[in-house]
Amino acid sequence: MDRSISGTGDGRGARPTAHELARYEALFAARTRSMKSSAMREMMALTERPDVISLAGGLPDTSTFAPELYAKLMSAVAAESTARALQYGPTEGMASAVDCIVEVMAEEDTLVDPGEVIVTTGGQQVIDLVCKALIDPGDVIVAEAPTYPGAVPTFGAYQAEVAQIEIDGDGMPIDELERTLDGLAAQGRRPKFIYTIPNFQNPGGVTMSLARRRRLVEVARERELLVLEDNPYGLLRYEGDPLPTLYSLDAEAAGRGPAADLVIYLGTFSKILSPGLRLGWAVAPRPVLEKLNLGKQGADLCSSPVTQLFVAAYFQERDADGNAGWRGYVGRLRDMYRRRRDVMLESLEEHFGDDARWTRPQGGLFIWATLDERIDTTDLLALARKSEGVAFVPGRAAYMDGRSGSSSMRLNFAGVPDQDIREGIRRIGKVVREQVGLFGTLTGSSPAQAPVKPKRPDQPGADGSAGLADVVSLPRRDRDGSARRRQDR
Amino acid sequence: MSAAKKVAVLKGGRSLERQVSLRSGAHAQEALARLGHDPVALDVGPELVSQLHAAKPDAAFIALHGPDGEDGTVQSLLDAIGVPYTGSGPAACMCCTDKVLAKHLMRGAGIPTPESHSFGEAAIKELGAAAAVADVEGEIGFPLVVKPASQGSALGVKFARTSEQLPGAMVGAFSYDEKILIERYVKGRDLAVSVLDGEPSSSQAQPPAESRESSPPEPVALPVVEAVPREEDFYDYESRYEIGMTTFVCPADLGAETSARARELALEVYELLGCHGVARVDLMLDADSGELWVLETNVVPGMTETSLLPQAADAAGIGFDELVARVLASAWTR
Repeated sequence: MDRSISGTGDGRGARPTAHELARYEALFAARTRSMKSSAMREMMALTERPDVISLAGGLPDTSTFAPELYAKLMSAVAAESTARALQYGPTEGMASAVDCIVEVMAEEDTLVDPGEVIVTTGGQQVIDLVCKALIDPGDVIVAEAPTYPGAVPTFGAYQAEVAQIEIDGDGMPIDELERTLDGLAAQGRRPKFIYTIPNFQNPGGVTMSLARRRRLVEVARERELLVLEDNPYGLLRYEGDPLPTLYSLDAEAAGRGPAADLVIYLGTFSKILSPGLRLGWAVAPRPVLEKLNLGKQGADLCSSPVTQLFVAAYFQERDADGNAGWRGYVGRLRDMYRRRRDVMLESLEEHFGDDARWTRPQGGLFIWATLDERIDTTDLLALARKSEGVAFVPGRAAYMDGRSGSSSMRLNFAGVPDQDIREGIRRIGKVVREQVGLFGTLTGSSPAQAPVKPKRPDQPGADGSAGLADVVSLPRRDRDGSARRRQDR
Repeated sequence: MSAAKKVAVLKGGRSLERQVSLRSGAHAQEALARLGHDPVALDVGPELVSQLHAAKPDAAFIALHGPDGEDGTVQSLLDAIGVPYTGSGPAACMCCTDKVLAKHLMRGAGIPTPESHSFGEAAIKELGAAAAVADVEGEIGFPLVVKPASQGSALGVKFARTSEQLPGAMVGAFSYDEKILIERYVKGRDLAVSVLDGEPSSSQAQPPAESRESSPPEPVALPVVEAVPREEDFYDYESRYEIGMTTFVCPADLGAETSARARELALEVYELLGCHGVARVDLMLDADSGELWVLETNVVPGMTETSLLPQAADAAGIGFDELVARVLASAWTR
């Protein structure tokens, strides 16, 4: 008797020979197959620990908000609006919160009709609702490469096919976009929308030039395509002149007052006030807005009245000179983040090798750094986290295929104090040098003799790494957005 | 059923497999509660020993994957403070977790395992070991798999088709461990055999007063599970065990002879490495030769809803609660 046989043995008994035992899997919707939690994302979850310097998050620094003001506003909401704060609110958002949104958008020279605004639970919900309203399985979205890592799982969950267009120092190249659209048209397909982060792109750190903004709106209008303009950081500009939003350019072209035709605008209070409030918004053409509203009813009925009333109370605040308090706060954030950006740029200069290049953002929260192409930043993160206690977002998180961008990383300079930025970059630099050194030893060349990468062609390559290198080699956008200056770093 | 026991469920920790471990632990906890025990969940961290001192459990149920949980660290600690625990003891944990050591032991015992060589980072840096890589390439041939010696998750497991890809694969694997294994890639079917100590007699299922020397019940090999990747021709280790990317078939659709041989091999490895209570042995069925090759042994197999061990137990008619009861019993049969 073979003692290894227990219970119903292989291939006998009443069970079918190929009994599928992924029991729960059979119950899941097909779309969950593209909702995979990757090993890389699980590793990133591990970096959220107090002993790790994390340059990974998308965090603003909320420690700068005055505790007394927070207490005062919450008390005012509690005392003056108890019943409303504790009640459901309208799906489209409370009028007093919408007024604040109109005010914020006016700050970026973008006029909107309050009737075309919907308050959402963070900007993230806008991405979800837009997909919910527009995407059937297999539909195409055009996005930038790299793109916002937080949009990647959302697009995946709706089973969208995503065409990613390599950005350069001026954002998404529109001629490249047109080629992609033509290619799709040749297959009888058209994207449901174009997803772009024109200001201080996440994670690329670059800003779309004015010429490209205009051309993008023209292309959208010529081809009747919707554009989702994701603009969380527009007011966090540290240098240079603000550029018009796609929304305002589209409205101008449509010529019917403030309303845009084809641009859905995504805004958020997360970066200018607090992500903990979970308040964002969309401004959209009415027919789209109606679908977003229906989608939101199914998702969460309404965003929290408590935090909407908080924002409304906050926007009433005036400083000693009678100026709006929120503008002063954003101004202070700008000063602080500008300094942190500069600290990070200096630290990169000091600690990253000659093979590394990075963007020099004019605003926002992120720098995108690209290392020696042989280094895989997902593996690097494992080592950096373990041996040095430092974390960043591996470049692969910004690509739908989970493979491109493997030698790049996203670094947040806004959420941690200066000394942590310096120390974090020093630690990453140390790990990079170790890996490059190991490569040198394994390939029989010292790090300094590592193969020199060929000069990049002017046109970014179709494949991830080559195009990305171009992004980072063009850190400054020239004023007119035309003549590109190539820098080594 | 024996009397209710206070059971500390050790889970979480700091390893890359933290998430899986939390899920395994939660499932085990629920089952222990259903069995009438009193489970106490402990997310393993700096407070572990003081938490154990405070909780004074009758036993520890180890649902901790990766380093600490599988390399003998926690087991040694539990031995030191006198808390009985499920599964293998420190020596077996060390043998199984160190893939290099396990390969040497298997080879010595004549168990078929793919050719391999190991390299330490220190040897590369200080002994000029890089020059030996070419010898290994020549001996083993491509394609190759490069693995961190002690990493349980798929992260860091790299595939090299050519000589040019090998340094990158090695640097990648070295990110997870100072010692790596370069192994011949066996193309074929991915199999796993879980081994479980047999049904304990009622006297063995509780902490015996005097009869501590009772020998563990004979281990049995559960039905073979096959992991079938969804996308053919696309060998991606990182998606291998992710829900949705792989379909698991149990019992695997193998000939009676092959499946019996796989289970025999698993039992031989289980005994060779000194495993106790439960373990999962991963094998490859060579597509070309039809031979079975043992890859590695996992001493703390996953207990999530889609993990291989519960699936195999289910195919053997052992429900999840019974599985947990049997694993728990292993705490007192060492």
